[in-house]
Amino acid sequence: MSSLVTLGLLPLLGALLVGVLPSENVLRIKQAALGTTFLTAIFGIYIATKFVANDTALQFIEKNEWIPSFAINFSVGVDGLALVLILMSVLLTPIVILAGWNESEGGRWSAKVFYILILVLETMMIGVFAATDVFLFYVIFEAMLIPVYFLIGGYGSGERAAAAVKFLLYSLFGGLLMLASIIGIYVVSSSAGHASFDITELAGLHTVMSSTTQNFLFLGFFIAFAIKAPLWPLHTWLPDAAQAGTPGTSVLLLGVLDKVGTFGMIRFCVTIFPDASKTFTPVIIVLSVISIIYGAFLAIRATDLKRLIAYTSISHFGFITMGIFAMTTQGHSGATLYMFNHGFSTAALFIVGGWMIARRGSSTIADFGGLQRVTPVMAWMFFIAGMSSLALPGLSSFVSEFLVLVGTYTRYPVAAVIATIGIVLAALYILIPVQRTLHGPTTPGNENLPDLNLREKIAIAPVVAVIVALGFYPSPLLNIINPASAHVIESAGFTDPAPTEIAGK
Amino acid sequence: MSTSSSLVYLIALPLFGAAALLLGGRRTDKWGHFLATAMSASAFGVGLYQLSQMLARPTEERAVTQKLFSWIAVGNFNIDAALLLDQLSICFVLLITGVGTLIHIYSISYMAHDENRRRFFAYLNLFIAAMLLLVLGNSYLNLYVGWEGVGLASYLLIGFWNQKPAYATASKKAFVMNRVGDMGLSFAIMIAFATLGTTTFAGIADVAPRASEGALTAIGIMLVVAAAGKSAQFPLQAWLGDAMAGPTPVSALIHAATMVTAGVYLIVRSHFIFDLAPTAQLVVVIVGAITLIFGALIGTAKDDIKKALAASTMSQIGYMILAAGLGPVGYAFAIMHLLTHGFFKASMFLGAGSVMHGMNDEVNMRKFGNLRKFMPITFVTFGFGYLAIIGVPPFAGFYSKDAIIETAFNAGGLKGILLGGAALLGAAITAFYMSRVMILTFTSKARWDDEAHPHESPALMWVPIAILSFGSIASGFLFTRGHALVNWLEPIVGGHEGNHEEFLAPMVVSALALTAVAIGVAIALMKYQFADVAPVAPVDVSALTRLVRNDLGQDAFNEAVFMRPGIALTELAQKADESVVDGAVRGVGRLATGSGSVLRRSQTGFARSYAAFILIGAVILIAGIWVVTQ
Amino acid sequence: MNPYNYLYVSGLLFTIGAVGVVVRRNAIVVFMCVELMLNAANLAFVTFSRINGTLDGQVTAFFTMVVAACEVVVGLAIIVTIYRSRRSASVDDASLLKR
Repeated sequence: MSSLVTLGLLPLLGALLVGVLPSENVLRIKQAALGTTFLTAIFGIYIATKFVANDTALQFIEKNEWIPSFAINFSVGVDGLALVLILMSVLLTPIVILAGWNESEGGRWSAKVFYILILVLETMMIGVFAATDVFLFYVIFEAMLIPVYFLIGGYGSGERAAAAVKFLLYSLFGGLLMLASIIGIYVVSSSAGHASFDITELAGLHTVMSSTTQNFLFLGFFIAFAIKAPLWPLHTWLPDAAQAGTPGTSVLLLGVLDKVGTFGMIRFCVTIFPDASKTFTPVIIVLSVISIIYGAFLAIRATDLKRLIAYTSISHFGFITMGIFAMTTQGHSGATLYMFNHGFSTAALFIVGGWMIARRGSSTIADFGGLQRVTPVMAWMFFIAGMSSLALPGLSSFVSEFLVLVGTYTRYPVAAVIATIGIVLAALYILIPVQRTLHGPTTPGNENLPDLNLREKIAIAPVVAVIVALGFYPSPLLNIINPASAHVIESAGFTDPAPTEIAGK
Repeated sequence: MSTSSSLVYLIALPLFGAAALLLGGRRTDKWGHFLATAMSASAFGVGLYQLSQMLARPTEERAVTQKLFSWIAVGNFNIDAALLLDQLSICFVLLITGVGTLIHIYSISYMAHDENRRRFFAYLNLFIAAMLLLVLGNSYLNLYVGWEGVGLASYLLIGFWNQKPAYATASKKAFVMNRVGDMGLSFAIMIAFATLGTTTFAGIADVAPRASEGALTAIGIMLVVAAAGKSAQFPLQAWLGDAMAGPTPVSALIHAATMVTAGVYLIVRSHFIFDLAPTAQLVVVIVGAITLIFGALIGTAKDDIKKALAASTMSQIGYMILAAGLGPVGYAFAIMHLLTHGFFKASMFLGAGSVMHGMNDEVNMRKFGNLRKFMPITFVTFGFGYLAIIGVPPFAGFYSKDAIIETAFNAGGLKGILLGGAALLGAAITAFYMSRVMILTFTSKARWDDEAHPHESPALMWVPIAILSFGSIASGFLFTRGHALVNWLEPIVGGHEGNHEEFLAPMVVSALALTAVAIGVAIALMKYQFADVAPVAPVDVSALTRLVRNDLGQDAFNEAVFMRPGIALTELAQKADESVVDGAVRGVGRLATGSGSVLRRSQTGFARSYAAFILIGAVILIAGIWVVTQ
Repeated sequence: MNPYNYLYVSGLLFTIGAVGVVVRRNAIVVFMCVELMLNAANLAFVTFSRINGTLDGQVTAFFTMVVAACEVVVGLAIIVTIYRSRRSASVDDASLLKR
């Protein structure tokens, strides 16, 4: 059994363990869930150290027949891109559990169900990034909706049921289009002589597809991923879902699940349909730029802390898609690194924001004020998370954001220039809530909020450490990512533009 | 180029101080300020050591580098975290750490009664580290890290007392306007990479001669935007006045001596681009000339002593930018004025802090007067700074400002007359408003309230001021002796051979400048020394005065042109999102439920009607089959 | 005799039964009409059996009779139960499905 499969099964075993524990013993359940996810994270890091960075082929491969009559296999494996995202998922899950220690209270069901859902979700998160069979990917892609639906609908706040349904309907609609495209792929590949769902084999399929077929199949995938990512104008489920979900759920939703969309764009859209990607690139770049500016505008006006974070994410996802479809190595590596960094900076924002909301009993920004004097450590953490979100140099997001901008500029200067306006807007949408919540005189209702306790400090410390460390030294991740993105760009038939002024001289 | 392994300590020492104080928390309250001061002082020590090393090497081998690690490497985009110390950056290193250390010492006493003094020192150390990174980075991207780092430190320090909403707003304003400038720097780096394929100073200097002027002009103009943001130059100048919300040592260090001059550093450092892009150079001198007049005018109407000094900072940096835009002849003078300004402006700001310290934190100069009796040391040191800034020989400002005015005239033709005239006019206005500050504070009749008990500040505060004012006396003379600074910088910024025609003889220019200064001082004497000054600013003043009091409408302009349309735009986006984008989605939902409720009517619940439907359906089906098969 | 005449009769009987199901309200009558339709189908089966000379149709007719008998048992039981609870044998009164 490949160690990748072991990694994926660990949380599932944890879910079984939590399942057999008595429901009354909530503490034991939490400890079991935390322990399992912690082990998974350790094992994930171990796998990452065993990864051979310079090998562009898939690694840790496992392939078993699943439905032979349709050539569907249970096959998994990772390249640099998938590995980075899996690493992010397994690192974030224990942090989420530790940070939201009491999130399961006040839900519709027991804490036991909550942790089973989280653990099952983690298995699926690993599986969705590891799947190298398109059909297997699709199954997990859709199955992931189930735990998230119940996590939002069962444990959220406010209009949680409506938000959960909205999320589900959006995702199912996208999934349907993707299913149609997957069937199309099967038809095309079997009529080309060899039915297959394996992504490495499908990468050569574009040579036998007509451009019309390619365009339609591309769109099926792309719309599904654009909903997930979410790209303007398919984004409206995200603020609702993020607002209704528990902070932990929102971290997993924005930090990991949404990355499936951008991951899929690279893995399926660009790899299988390079010609169609080329055709649609102008449209997608325009949509990305709109997302960047539009998300920032909405974030500037947001009055709810959780919605604010969701809107900033829309802006950030605009950067990621722009980087992907700029089709340069800088853009691709930047986008992949951005996925990782966004996971952590959004996690920091949501986790600390969640603590603030839980303490104050309100998520309205106007209800806060002067927290820096009352809860200095929490205020600092929120500030650092915000700085990471506005891509301050020295923090991790800067590296990725700048790579995306540089990579885009070499091919689409106008888009990059407009997107760069986003960094000014980012200063506004971060500093305005920072001022309203942390600065100014301490407003009534905030005087006696407790500062972070030890558990919370332990939970947030690794997030901040990752944000700072990768800002100064991103090489460990870039070394893993670079070969993969260079491979994608090369096999899609692109080369980096040479410097225009000194080319050939 | 030779390497040195000790450059990193310049940054690491203050960074360690900041980290220790921030992570250590309240435990370090007792000794944190000493640690921070020690860190800054030892960085100064490293700087002196580097200078001695540098002096020991022959001219062409003076620059040293240190590669720390490969920072970002993707495809052709290879950025090392690497430091470069050459004749230009060593000037800055010594200025930053030297003035910085003095201001650390001053702050120990100035901030003694603030319960968050530790946090203050942590921010100061953070600033020193970031500023050193700014001047030591060997590529634009490394510089960018320091560039935003000092922006962050500035934000934190302006908002140090952010429990006051106005101060918090001031810090936010500074950060956002700086970010507009940073955007320019981002553009410059992107253009440089896309067109020249590199972002290191050495690399760009290498390939720039082969590039087209268009590309270099684009990079240059973007660098001017960046410089304007950081150095509070027109049109991004509006934040500097509000930045005086920070504690006074911060105003002295960040918003007078070092950070705001980073724009000058950027332009001088990028000389290899500007030398080849005359259009960009023209933009630089225009920005400089406008700002030097603009800042001087604002300074004439400020009653807040710190804001008057801030306006003068803006104006003096305008001089530096102007000089930097004049090409190889001006770079050295820009740096010289930057260094002398660092001394005299820092000493004056600290002097202002000393005045405030003795006057219950009062900043309104109309509430001062006759303080020379009560604060003799502050008066004398402030006076030296005053004489330096208005350019009286032999004080430092005379040498540097005179050189700039002369170079401006020598630019030739109409351009030279306009620029030189602007510089002269600026000198006259500077003399006026600085005399006004001096008179209102120290020599006119006392106008303070009864609660005020003016007294001299403790030695911990006046000794640093005294050291700085020594700089404002002697530095100009030292820098120009045997063209010391010009020759020192020549290997970096290029030759200074006077192939320009002299528009006016240097003596004539000096005479003109001194006349302008005399006129300015005379007007101030008449208006303030020999006439009574109202303790409350008169309201029945001319429209021009009102305009100047409102900072020449800079805030109103920003509000009308950027903020209000921006707010309208975000409002529009929000409404569009609710009613159009989400509205469309909800519309689909309503369509589904609506059509469902229409179709539901056909479900009557009567078994017979279902049977009838089945029957009709069957008949239609059979009829259909029949028709098809016929 | 032309076997097609039997088919015409079968069709006529089926139509009468179908119309009866749709227009009559009394559950017993509706029920009888359903029986009529079943028997019409039986007649058609037997006729086709005769026409084609195979026994399949006759076998199916027996199946139909058995099913019809079961249906009578269940159906009558339901009708009696409804009549007991509502004092009415009208099918329109039993429209609980809608609510």
